[in-house]
Amino acid sequence: MKEKRDLKIQAIENGTVIDHIKAGEALNVLRILGISSAFRATISFVMNAPGAAGIKDVVKIEGKELSVEELNRIALISPKATINIIRDFEVVQKNNVVLPSYVEGVVRCINSNCISNSSEPIKSKFSVLQSEEEGVTLRCLYCEHVISENIAENLL
Amino acid sequence: MKDFSREEIDYVLDTAEKLEPVARGEERSRLLDGKIIALLFFEPSTRTRLSFEAATQRLGGQVLNLGAVEASSVMKGENLADTIRVISNYADLIVLRHPLDGSARMAAEFASVPIINGGDGSLHHPTQTFLDLYTIRRESHLEGLKIAMAGDLKYGRTVHSLCHALSLYGAEITLVSPPELRMPQEIVRDLQKNKIKIRETDSLEKIIGDVEVLYMTRVQRERFPDPEEYEKVKNRLRVTGDLLKNADPSLKILHPLPRVNEISPEVDSTPYACYFEQAFYGVPTRMALLALATGVIE
Repeated sequence: MKEKRDLKIQAIENGTVIDHIKAGEALNVLRILGISSAFRATISFVMNAPGAAGIKDVVKIEGKELSVEELNRIALISPKATINIIRDFEVVQKNNVVLPSYVEGVVRCINSNCISNSSEPIKSKFSVLQSEEEGVTLRCLYCEHVISENIAENLL
Repeated sequence: MKDFSREEIDYVLDTAEKLEPVARGEERSRLLDGKIIALLFFEPSTRTRLSFEAATQRLGGQVLNLGAVEASSVMKGENLADTIRVISNYADLIVLRHPLDGSARMAAEFASVPIINGGDGSLHHPTQTFLDLYTIRRESHLEGLKIAMAGDLKYGRTVHSLCHALSLYGAEITLVSPPELRMPQEIVRDLQKNKIKIRETDSLEKIIGDVEVLYMTRVQRERFPDPEEYEKVKNRLRVTGDLLKNADPSLKILHPLPRVNEISPEVDSTPYACYFEQAFYGVPTRMALLALATGVIE
């Protein structure tokens, strides 16, 4: 039993562990971090793992410490995620993700007539807002359209 | 339009008022002497383009016209960003009209000269809003105005930004439209957050005696899948001599034009009709915006 558990949530020597990701969002976390098949570091992830506060996803990136700016993008889809920086098997830094006030080139505008969806040499740009009523919302800085739900579906 | 504070709007309107005698040809001005204004219109809009041309020439400036898009580098596949970078080297200011939403904002990122948004996509047409506000100020009053907006309130971009701007002046707004073309609820909520009184109805008759300005817009046939529905709506939202029998004597009727049949021609000769004067006010308003954006007036 012990062995199986180790396999599932294996410790890493150096790198970044993203914990407490909203269940089911691990793949979107990889997308939002721009991690594709070209990414060379070893990635492991667990989906729907039991945790103290219900089920969650966990992503581990070995041998690479991602920047705060990159990691904070995760707050767009999973505001309660935590970031652990691991060095020599020790957690040397632990932070909650912080919602950025602005994101560029991360999300596609849902307005098909927006200039950011054309062939112009620009990246999408959004201001990020959070309210109790609406949660996280993105406002396109070009056309002012608001994305208030399904942000993950519009990741670039 | 949301980028402007009330003070900034007032400043533009004050400037327009000072320039109005020049716009009428009663005084001469050389404010834009030696300046070149490029008009890049990627979709046809004769009225807006001509009033920008008139505004530039009344101030002694020169106009550079893109001409027909079909005959330009755009047809060779050049993107807007490159066009803007090139034209920035030829002119002191660019007026841009483009079918994509947000194109003016993007153009401003690439331009080395000021950009005036002459209408981008389906959302913004700020110089129209400025001229509407100027018309209201000249012909009625802005503070605490009782205004009705009628017609296509769902897609009509002029009414959306005008409502927002009027909310800075504490307007009481009545929205008159068929249920299919009601003002989007998020805009209504935004206005209510600004403590603006809003009422919604589908009948001009019920409210005509109770407003100081009636802002009419065109209901487009293509919004209705059923032609019969269109005919019904079209006739319900029509300003006629009969309707105006119950109007407040100081009522002013505005319309961004072109109209089709939502204002009967018999209304044109009444003191209520203000839409042709409104079209003229586009000239002093655009003169003010050109003079302020080029920095010849600070």
